[in-house]
Amino acid sequence: MAARTTSAKREKLFSDLVVNGALFLLVLLWTIPTIGLLVSSFRDQFDIATSGWWTILPHREWVTVDSIEPPRDAPRDQPVEVGGVSATFDEFRAGIQTPDGRQLQWIGNRRLGNVEVQEQRWTTRTDFTLENYQNVLTGKRYEVTQPDGGVAVEQGRDMSGAFLNSLTVTIPATVIPILIAAFAAYGFAWMNFPGRRMLFIMVVALLVVPLQLSLVPILRDYVRLDLNGTFLAIWLAHTGFGLPLATYLLYNYISGLPRDILESAFIDGASHFTIFTRLILPLSVPALASFAIFQFLWTWNDYLVALVFIGAKPDTQVVTMRLADIVGSRGNDWHLLTAGAFISMVLPLVVFFSLQRFFVRGLLAGSVKG
Amino acid sequence: MQQLTELEARPTSPLAWVISNVGRVLISLFVPILTFVVLWQGFLFLRDSNAPKIVIAIVAIIWGVGGVALLYLVSNWLIEQLSPAWTSRLQPFVFVGPAIAILAWYLAIPTVRTLWISLLNNNSTEFVGLQNYINILFNDRSMITALRNNLLWIIFGATFSVIFGLLIAVLADRSRFETIAKSLIFMPMAISMVGAGVIWNFIYEVRQAGDPQIGLLNALWVGVGGEPQAWTSLLQPWNNLFLIVIVIWLQAGFAMVLFSAAIKGIPGEILEASRVDGATEIQVFFRIMIPYIMGTIITVGTTILIFTLKIFDIVWVMTGGQFDTHVIATQFYRQYFTNRNFGFGSAIAILLLIGVIPVMIYNLKQFSEREAF
Repeated sequence: MAARTTSAKREKLFSDLVVNGALFLLVLLWTIPTIGLLVSSFRDQFDIATSGWWTILPHREWVTVDSIEPPRDAPRDQPVEVGGVSATFDEFRAGIQTPDGRQLQWIGNRRLGNVEVQEQRWTTRTDFTLENYQNVLTGKRYEVTQPDGGVAVEQGRDMSGAFLNSLTVTIPATVIPILIAAFAAYGFAWMNFPGRRMLFIMVVALLVVPLQLSLVPILRDYVRLDLNGTFLAIWLAHTGFGLPLATYLLYNYISGLPRDILESAFIDGASHFTIFTRLILPLSVPALASFAIFQFLWTWNDYLVALVFIGAKPDTQVVTMRLADIVGSRGNDWHLLTAGAFISMVLPLVVFFSLQRFFVRGLLAGSVKG
Repeated sequence: MQQLTELEARPTSPLAWVISNVGRVLISLFVPILTFVVLWQGFLFLRDSNAPKIVIAIVAIIWGVGGVALLYLVSNWLIEQLSPAWTSRLQPFVFVGPAIAILAWYLAIPTVRTLWISLLNNNSTEFVGLQNYINILFNDRSMITALRNNLLWIIFGATFSVIFGLLIAVLADRSRFETIAKSLIFMPMAISMVGAGVIWNFIYEVRQAGDPQIGLLNALWVGVGGEPQAWTSLLQPWNNLFLIVIVIWLQAGFAMVLFSAAIKGIPGEILEASRVDGATEIQVFFRIMIPYIMGTIITVGTTILIFTLKIFDIVWVMTGGQFDTHVIATQFYRQYFTNRNFGFGSAIAILLLIGVIPVMIYNLKQFSEREAF
């Protein structure tokens, strides 16, 4: 009996180990990309471009311990002797390993370069800097040589303006659809009017319509109304695209509220408007919050709608567009890209982690946009 | 309120009746006009002002949010000035009207307009019937590549998101570290696809052979003795799969959350009973869990399917559609906004609509089966 319990215990321990081990591996796989970006964003421009971010971890690397001046006048294809090793220049360039575990490498050209003696040592590259963030937030400084020979310093475009634009787009684009949808949900749930069923069927049908279908006609309307590139235009666009789901979700929630609360309020002589603002809105806070998180993440992370309706206007560019611009135009400015990407992610991540409970609740209620 | 209107309805003298009514009409006209003027001034300020950015941002937020609230308040106030019968007749439209108007303007009518444009030629001057659709399906090689790629996205993206989501949900359900593990896997949901593109650029970056690799995948690949590869560009057609990995990374967390909730909904007795009867964990998983949560699997699968059908940002940021990585949505953007082929672009958008119509019909069927409405 005792033996059986210990073997069962051992089995349990083993399965625990397998489960947690597998889970740990998956979590590692899922987080490594983001960790890589976070680490890189604090690394020096030169380091980012020449070594992987994982070199901040202890690793063995060739480290220069000594430098020898080679004979300068040896012919190119003849072996020369440096540090007790005889080899040609090209062999030295590639690096030669000596029996005592060192490496000799010719750094620089044949006439002026030196031979460096390197040893394998445990090292870490941990010289972190905030410079990338400074560059991205305040605009990188470019030194431009003028035609007359003088040097002028020009400030590149920064990301803090785009950050502010994103906020200006996102906050109303989150609140407006919720307000409109809450009114409509109340109307559908507690009021009687002709066409109620047909109109709600329209809401359901529009749930999955791809927004690509609307971009072009709406853009034409905006051009005609001279609205293109304004905040109002993009708020309304996000409102339109988020509204079917918002109305549907809030209807499900509001129609499920107990009927007697409303009836007693009616008997007390309250109007629909009072009931809605004083009673229904406060009661619906959980549903409002979960949709708000979704809408916030969608509008903050949106790229296509901004691309179409804000277009090339630099004044009103949002962070995703700025970031995509940096990817496109300065694909090699890795250091700007890392910090920029992280800045664009900070706010959604904070919202996400602090309000995850509501987010999950919204997902389970069916927050899936078309 | 009601009593007040009744009192006013019984005037003492004709003159007083006229005065009180004229006064009410005037106020009823004055309030909306004032509202309109205030909102219009705000709009002009936002459009033309050169104020510091932060000021504009704050004014814009207050104007936008406050403006919508004000419109509701004023229109409701107006309706309540009418007789009770008219108030209750019109009030529903104050509540529902704005939502319906926006839905009609932004989604319902544009669908019809896009359908119409797709039947016209490229600068919308001539009716060409189904010619654009024929061109998409038979005459444009890059379009056929895009359709093939989109099929890859749908199949691999949806399948692997579901598989990983399920795997993680099952593992996390039996682990002590459930909360933190789920949070970390879920996290990419908060990251924009543009941001995800940057993150994965760091994984896929390639340097010349001999130089130190700064992309993780190539570092590992070279570490086991391979030649550095340009994963997302030159490695055709596999480069599409390397892009699809990104969407799996983004969506597996979503699948996991739904599966996790579904698994917790399986009654404990059923699992207990089958284990007592000697079923192995593998059998429990395939014979009991999977059938039990099949509904959720279909929902999640469909959702990710729709998501991958419309995929745009990742491809646009990572490759711009080069190296045979175009998908339907990027072709739409390129044809419409770059090449200005209005008819052709609209026809591509209609293809997306056709792709989601089965889901739309399913939703409508579900809705009509609901008795309560």
